[in-house]
Order: sequence, then structure tokens, then C-alpha cells
Amino acid sequence: MQNYLEFEKPLAEIEGKAAELRAIASQSEDEMNVEKEAGALDKKAQTILVDLYKNLTPWRKCQVARHPDRPHCKDYIENLFTEYTPLQGDRVFGDDTAVMGGLARFDDQPVVVMGQEKGNDTTSRLHHNFGMARPEGYRKAIRLMDMADRFGLPVVTLVDTPGAFPGRGAEERGQSEAIARSTEKCLQIGVPLVSCIIGEGGSGGAVAFATADRLLMLEHSVYSVISPEGCASILWKDAEKMREAAEALRLTAQDLVKLGVADTVIPEPLGGAQRDREQTFVAVKDAIASSLKELSGKKPKQLIKERRQKFLDIGSKTLA
Amino acid sequence: MNWISNYVRPKINSLFSRRETPDNLWTKCDECSTMLFHRELADNLNVCVNCGHHMNITPRERFASLFDGGTFAEFEAKAPIADPLKFRDQKKYPDRLKAAQKKTGEKDAMLLGYGDLGRTKVVMAAQDFGFMGGSMGMAVGNAIIAACEHAVNMKCPLILFSAAGGARMQEGILSLMQMPRTTVALQMLKEKNLPFIVVLTHPTTGGVTASYAMLGDVHIAEPNALIGFAGARVIEQTIREKLPEGFQRAEYLLDHGMLDRVTKRQDMRDELISIVRMLMKLPPAIAADLEPPAKIEDKTKKSEVAKK
Ligand SMILES: [Zn+2]
Repeated sequence: MQNYLEFEKPLAEIEGKAAELRAIASQSEDEMNVEKEAGALDKKAQTILVDLYKNLTPWRKCQVARHPDRPHCKDYIENLFTEYTPLQGDRVFGDDTAVMGGLARFDDQPVVVMGQEKGNDTTSRLHHNFGMARPEGYRKAIRLMDMADRFGLPVVTLVDTPGAFPGRGAEERGQSEAIARSTEKCLQIGVPLVSCIIGEGGSGGAVAFATADRLLMLEHSVYSVISPEGCASILWKDAEKMREAAEALRLTAQDLVKLGVADTVIPEPLGGAQRDREQTFVAVKDAIASSLKELSGKKPKQLIKERRQKFLDIGSKTLA
Repeated sequence: MNWISNYVRPKINSLFSRRETPDNLWTKCDECSTMLFHRELADNLNVCVNCGHHMNITPRERFASLFDGGTFAEFEAKAPIADPLKFRDQKKYPDRLKAAQKKTGEKDAMLLGYGDLGRTKVVMAAQDFGFMGGSMGMAVGNAIIAACEHAVNMKCPLILFSAAGGARMQEGILSLMQMPRTTVALQMLKEKNLPFIVVLTHPTTGGVTASYAMLGDVHIAEPNALIGFAGARVIEQTIREKLPEGFQRAEYLLDHGMLDRVTKRQDMRDELISIVRMLMKLPPAIAADLEPPAKIEDKTKKSEVAKK
């Protein structure tokens, strides 16, 4: 069963009709041949799909970035890496299941991989707290980055979070401090750090993972200081103005490259990453591989220096 | 050595002066509703004489109350590109900026000063909650970078007073990028083993708390200051339970190990002098020797560049 976004309604109708037609035909006794009609519907659906995705508005991109069928952190780890060995716990308080990470091989090269996992059904979404990390998640990330630094392993982060978890315990255990320290750690390690925003890059909770040498963004991923809904309710005093807010915030991968915040946009299959997972995995893998290649051979000091300079330079580019 | 040569010539700052109209002779305390006479309130550093409530204090007033003789050299950071996103909500961002500039007389939400604190050279940076909620955008980020660079050049501590609702949404992702940018600047300071003291004032929340405000060598807060990452209302809606009394207040954070101290504004100067002098391995300051700071509404005295 495929999930459709609200703006994909016309597409859902046509694709639904084609599927229905084929289902009826396969169940009929004389195996009615409906391929001609169904094929015509497929063609129409394709036209609609091309049309819908030709110029996605920023708000629609936010919806695609949050699409429930979109590949998540776990899917990328399973498909892009081998020998994934999860490592858990912050050694202080607990293990945060919103953050997964550990040792793995990327093209046989040992690396540390980590990211936020949103889950793909009710049970797993609850288990992963919808990808909203608590302080323990950031402290686990710090631990893993320290380990990578000690053993000279590159770090790959996969970012997909609505933001850090707004909870009582999270605040009491130092959510702010944990995020600040994780960002600081990103800027201290002397190994290559490549980050890919695979869905939602939500505010400080994303910064703590995405302060990298190279920031890759999937074509329909977003990275923002605040959610469009949050921004709309504060600045427009109306949460329904999220379209306007999404527009104003300039949160798309395309705008972020212009602003010098992101380095590369990874093209997605037509209709978004969820429509062709294999193609998406190949594209993301290639992008990570070429970033790691660019960074390989750089001395720790040079990596740190260039990473810091990259962030100091942000703000000198405009959208024009 | 003339330290000014290292920098753009600082402006000789003049102390803030309010006009004495009957309207602003009295201020009502937000906490206990006592009407407070402005001179009395100013003498008490905008702390209610009745209930001890710490009211807002401008960065200029704060600097005047801390630096020896109330004098300091103001310095400025590089001005960022104005309105990089051409942001417009119900108002245009440049209009909001202009209104804030007119209201406060400042260019943006962070004031920088260099001078003597208990005859100890320090750089101070103070965030202005009155300027668009103190929000952290490119200008605030550049100010923190400039503050760190100045502290490194002068080999002196940086004392930062934080106050902000969070990042400046009108600068979108560029405001968020001040989290890593300011962290880079602080690393330069820390690598030179220079102290970074954060004084968290009311309120310090969002991306500001989740970056430089939580990266100090010492964390001091003013009493009852609201400090946190997520807003209390968002938390209540998420976890569907009432939050305890005093949640996200300075004393609560002190209890939870996020702060070193909660210190009254009237005691802040002595405490800062003591801490920075110990961290800089300097002999104790002899109080009788020190030039007292200025009163924050002192209109007769024009401050000047600190001479030493
Ligand atoms: Zn009072």
C-alpha cells in the first residue's frame, strides 16, 4: 500500500484506478485484457507525476521530506554499508533509540556511521521517538565521534529529525548542553566528516550532526532553523501560514547550496526517494563516496582548519 | 603598547541617558507590582528593591555597572550582508530591524566592550533582549567571533551575557549556522587557554542555549532567569503533563547540574573579578584599591577609553 501526500491526490486517483482495473482483470474468469486501458492510465499518471514534481514549492518539499515511505537512516545503513555493528549508550544515563550508530564498512573502509531514525510504523516510530533525540542521543554521538577520531575512521552522519525532543527529562538532563557539545565535537575531530540530510534537518537537533566537512542534501530534503508551522505561528501568528513560512525560510537543498550551507544536491527519482529506493541508495552512496575521496589524505589539522573556515565563511554568499 | 592600533578605532561611548519625563520616573515591578522610583531602581541595577526581581538591563547599562569607572572601549564586528533572504512575514525584515534600531539606539543585539574589570583586562559581550528578543543572527554571530578574536589578541578572558529567545528566524538557515560559527570562535579562545565565562540572563533559550551559552568554562545565571532549549508550552503539549514549579529557571538548572552558580546582579561584579583573576593566575584584587563602576543612570559623567 502506497502512501500519498495531499498534493498528490490527482496522482493517487489515477494510479488507484489503474491498480483497480488490473486487480479486477486478474480476478475475472476469462482474464480480461485491460492492459490498453491500464497502460493509458499509467501514462496519464506519469504526466501528472512529472508535472507535480517539476517545480515543488518549498512547503511541498517539506511534505516529501517527511513522507512516511521515504527511506530512513536504518534503510541507508542497511543498503550502503556492510558489517554494521551498532554501538549503544552514552555511558552516563542511557541509550537513546532516536539515534542509531556504530561501526560499519563503506566500500570495505571502516567508518563510524550514525543518524536519527524516525521509524516506519507506529511501533517503530514510538520506539525511535519519531527521530527526536534526547541528550543521551547527542552524547552517544559525541562518544562515537571521539572513537572515530582516536582510530582515524571517517564519520558519516545521516540526518533526519524534526528536531531535538522537547521533553521534561531532556531539559533536565541538559538538552542544550548536549547539542552544543555535539556541535563542538563535530568541529574538533581530525577525521573526515560527511553529512547527508536524507529528509528533515530540523534546527539545532540537526546541527549537532550536520556540522561537517561536506554537507550533502537529497533533492527534496530540507534544513531549517524552525519548522514552517512553528515559524508561521510565531511570525504570522497563524500556524496555517506554513506555505508562506516555508517559502520565506529558504530551507530547500537548492537554496542552501546557493547560500553556501550545503555543498551538493543529490538528485532523487521522479516523485521522490520513496518511489525508487534502489536508485536513491545508489545516488547517495556515490555522493558520499566522492566526498570521502575528496577528503582522504588530508591531515587532521588541515581537516579541522578547513572545516572551521567553512563555517566562518558562511554568510558571505547571497541567493542571487 | 597601544592596543587600539590592533583594531578599528573604537568609538568613545557615551552613557545611556533617559529623559526625565514624569512617565518614566516610576517603574512597576513585573513580579510584585511595587512602584519603583527610577533613581532607586537604577542604583539597584534594575533589581526590584522590594522583591529582588531582576528586570531587564541594557548592555550599555550593564557594562557601565561592571567596568572600572564605568568606562570601556566599544568595538564593532564586521557588518553582515543585510537581509540575505529578503525575508518578509507580516512585515519586512529590514523594517523590523529599523524599528529595533530606533527603539534601542543599537545596530543589533550584541554589544562589545573592552576594558578593566577590577583592574583585569577583559572583553565583554552582552546580548540585548530589547533588540528583536536578542535573537541570534549573523550580526550576533559576527559579534561573538569579533569578541573571541579580540580576547585572543589581548590575551584576556571573555565574559558573555546571554539573553535571547533563540535564533533570528528572519535569517533562516544563516541564523542556525551561528551555532557552529560561534563554536568555532570559542574554540580559538579555548585553544589559547583563555577563560570564557557565560552569564545567563533572562531569558536564554533555543539555539543560543544550545551553543555558546552552554560552552563556558564557568556558567553563572541571574536569579530566576528562564534558561532552556524548548519552550515550556511546546513541552507541555508534547508530553501532556504539567511542568513542575520553577521548571527551566536558573535555580532549577543549578539543581540539575547545568550551572555553576546563581548570582545576584549586585554581587556579579565582585564575583566575576574574583573568578577571572583566579583563572588568569593573578593576585587577589584589593577592593579598597579599585575604582568603583558607574551608576547606570549617571548622566553627568561621560565615559572614555580606559587608560592604563
Ligand atoms: Zn518586585
